[in-house]
This record gives sequence, C-alpha cells and structure tokens, in this order.
Amino acid sequence: MTFFETPSLRIERLTIRYGAGCPACMGGGILEKNRCAACDTVWSLKGVSLEVYPGEILGIVGESGSGKSTLLQSLYFERPISAGSAYIHEYRGGEADIFTADRQQQREIRNIHMAMVYQNPLMGLRMRFSSLGNIAEKLLAAGNRNTAFITERASELLGIMEVPVARMKESPRNFSGGMQQRVQIAKALANDPSILLLDEITTGLDMSVQARVLDLIRKIKYQNPNVSMLLVSHDLSVIRMLADRTIVMFDGQIVESGMTDQVLEDPQHHFTQQLVQSML
Amino acid sequence: MSILEISGLSKEFFIHRQQRRIVSCQSIGLRVGAGEFVGISGRSGAGKSTILKCIHRTYQPSAGRILYESEAFGQVDLAGISDRQMLYLRRNEIGYVSQFLNVMPRTSAKEHVASALLASCASERDASEKAREMLAYFRLPEHLWDIYPNTFSGGERLRLNLAHTMVKRARLLLLDEPTASLDAESKTLVRDILLKLKGSAAMIGIFHDLEFMADVCDRVYHLEEGIIA
Repeated sequence: MTFFETPSLRIERLTIRYGAGCPACMGGGILEKNRCAACDTVWSLKGVSLEVYPGEILGIVGESGSGKSTLLQSLYFERPISAGSAYIHEYRGGEADIFTADRQQQREIRNIHMAMVYQNPLMGLRMRFSSLGNIAEKLLAAGNRNTAFITERASELLGIMEVPVARMKESPRNFSGGMQQRVQIAKALANDPSILLLDEITTGLDMSVQARVLDLIRKIKYQNPNVSMLLVSHDLSVIRMLADRTIVMFDGQIVESGMTDQVLEDPQHHFTQQLVQSML
Repeated sequence: MSILEISGLSKEFFIHRQQRRIVSCQSIGLRVGAGEFVGISGRSGAGKSTILKCIHRTYQPSAGRILYESEAFGQVDLAGISDRQMLYLRRNEIGYVSQFLNVMPRTSAKEHVASALLASCASERDASEKAREMLAYFRLPEHLWDIYPNTFSGGERLRLNLAHTMVKRARLLLLDEPTASLDAESKTLVRDILLKLKGSAAMIGIFHDLEFMADVCDRVYHLEEGIIA
C-alpha cells in the first residue's frame, strides 16, 4: 500500500516583504537578520511552504520577530502578502488559491473554513457584546438566522469550553483572562472550521488555567478528528504536549521541520539547538 | 522472517556551538524476527538508546537503513519515510516504552491509556473500557487508575507506559531500560509481563541487568563504544 494523504491546508512559497527587493536579496543572497543590506528591503516571510493534514496539530516555534504570528495573520487575510499561494481543501476542493479570492470569498473563508484565536482576547472578542453575542456574530456571518439554533449552539460551545452557560449574556469583560480565552475559543469553533489558527493562546495564563486550555485543545482534537491546527507558541512544553509535527522559523524562513520529539531531541539547525538548550 | 532489519546504521550529532561532531553509534547491523525478543547490552554511553531512538525516528539516522515490515505499508525504510508516515506507524504499529512519563497535565492513568485510542478515533466508552482491561493486564493496582501519574514509582510508570503502548496493539516494542532502578519485586513483575507479551509483539530491549536479560531475551547484541562487538 502506498501512503497518500490530502493536506487540509497547503502553503506555497509565501512571502511578505517591505521594500522593492534587489537582485541580491531576491536571488537568495545573505540577509542581515531579515533585512537586505544592499536595498534596505525587510523580508517578514521568505518563501514559506508547508502542509497541514486533517487532525494534525502543527507547532510553530521561533524567537520573537521570526515571522510566526505574521504567518498566521497573512493566512487570516490580516496582512497583505507579496507573493505565494495557499490552498484549503474544504474551499473549492483545494484548487483555488485563497489569496486570489475576492473580498467576499475571503470573508467566507474567514467565517466558515478558518478561525483564529489570539493571545489577547481583546483582539478576538467584542467586549461590548455578550459571550452569546460574540458567538452569534460568527454564526450569523455564516448565514444562520434561527435564534433558537444560535442560542443552543452557543450554550453547547460554552459548555464544552467550561464557561458557565448561565453567564452567557454577560460581557466577557467581566470574566477572568482564562475565561475570556475560553470564550474566544468557543467563538472560533462556532462554524466547525477545518483550520484553527492559535497564536500564543496560553501565554500569560497561570499554570492551572493553562493546563485547562491545553486540555480543551486536546479535547477538540479528539472530538473533531478533521480539524487541523496551527499552534504558535514560545513555550516548548506546550508544543511538546500538543504538536504532532513542528516547524522552526528563523528570520522569516522555515529552517527546520520534523516530528515534534525529533525537533526537540535531535535539533539540526544552530538556532533550534540554541532554542532547545534554553529550555528549562 | 524478520520484522526489522538494520544495516549500516550510524548516528552522529553536530553541535554548532562547539563546532563538534559526536559519534554515537556506527555501522550497526541488527535483525529482529517476528515475535522475537532481542536484547541490547553495553555500558552507559555506548549508544544503546541511540539505536532505539533511530528506529523510533526521535533521532534522524545519519546513515544506514532500517527496514521494517509494516502491516499497513509492506516493507519500508524507517530512516527515509516521511514524518507523516512515521507518525502513522507510531500510532498503530511501533511503540517506545521507558520509565519516563509523557502525560498531559491533569490526566489520570486511565485517561492517559484511553487517549492512545482516542487519537485513532475510538469512541470514548470503548477507549475507557480497553484502558481498564490494559491496566489490569499490566497489574497496575486499581486504586491508582484515577490518580495523576506524576506521583507514580518507576515500576508503576513503566507499567502505565506499557499499557499506553500495548492498548494500540503495537507489533514492535522498543523498551528503553525498562528495569533500571527497580527493586527485586518490581523486576519480577516486569519479567512476568514481558514474558507474557512475548509472541504478541516483537521486542528490542536495553538492559543493564545481564541476568535479567538472559532470562527474557531470545538473542543479545553487545554494544561497545557505538559498535556491535
């Protein structure tokens, strides 16, 4: 039997640069950090390609400024890209580049096929709305108009995320950081997206709340075997616990990738070695 | 028929910071028959764990071939297959067992064993039932089932890890010093369990206790400074 899998998300040579670029840096010349000394162009992402498979959690590690969050933001259409393409299997059978889709289609992709959870709940939640309202916003955007269904779905999601359902009409502003984070995850799950983008979701939470969030992520993985997640984290223990495979980013490029235990125990690139040796 | 045939396996590490190359094992040749239990002995630092970690692909081999007779894919070279394919084999066919714990925080022993099945899409009830069976089979006392395993002793951890691995019906078990630092009584228990497992899975084990090894293994390779003597 040959081994063949269809990725749920495929990214090809994704590049974001600020500046015109010159023959030196376009041709793969050596950069100072991620800036070209000859023409001053800054390369936020340079030729990033990857694949994520159904049910898989892909860890993304790297120092601050290496392009981890930029990668997620560009996939979520929050940052214009300079070059490259990306294909989502659930969107037109994975044959249409999502970056060339028109604005309305991009909104549809953001609302139905993908969802992002930010480090800061203020980014992902509207604090003037209730938790129910926040989840309803997502469901409405996907075309649901039945209020009974919306309320039911919201209480189901908040229940899974262990947020007291009795408080769903309250603004998340009244909630603790850990609870806000769980409301944000509930909102992200509203339309059963096939791809979840998780950006430092446990950073800044205390240990017990962090354990709870990790537990819930694992629960999502088991209960929705087709969801793929891109998990950006500084915390290598979080990556080790959750990620099946991990990529290491350095100056806007992927310098290493592999099974998570392999990346952590047999790191090849000098930056990965330095990162792993810094682990507590 | 062999389930595993290793030839010319070498592993070296390059430490960038010191610009140094460390050779861990060299030109290893090793064969494991179906249902066979093979032991590896040698001083600490001789490269025993390196061999197991190369088979499990926790380490990327520097050279050589690791031919494995897979149930799903036929013969594959573990040194060269894709990460995704290796992950599949780890989930379904190849297990790595040590006394070290690798559990999610706030997960009980039973949930930990069940999670191995949940990962391959079993229902929660089935997974929980199988987990109970396995914990009983590996004789982990029932009062420990609902406890977080970070308080477990070495022997209990090992049995938990065996249950976690065998609940998936692994066909090839890699045992990394399963008897290290166990008292005589726990060792006897582990020996009985390993003898019971014999035949249902092929096993490669690293042991320091030579007498114990002679007792359970069919054949033994001796490793000296990264080379099979």
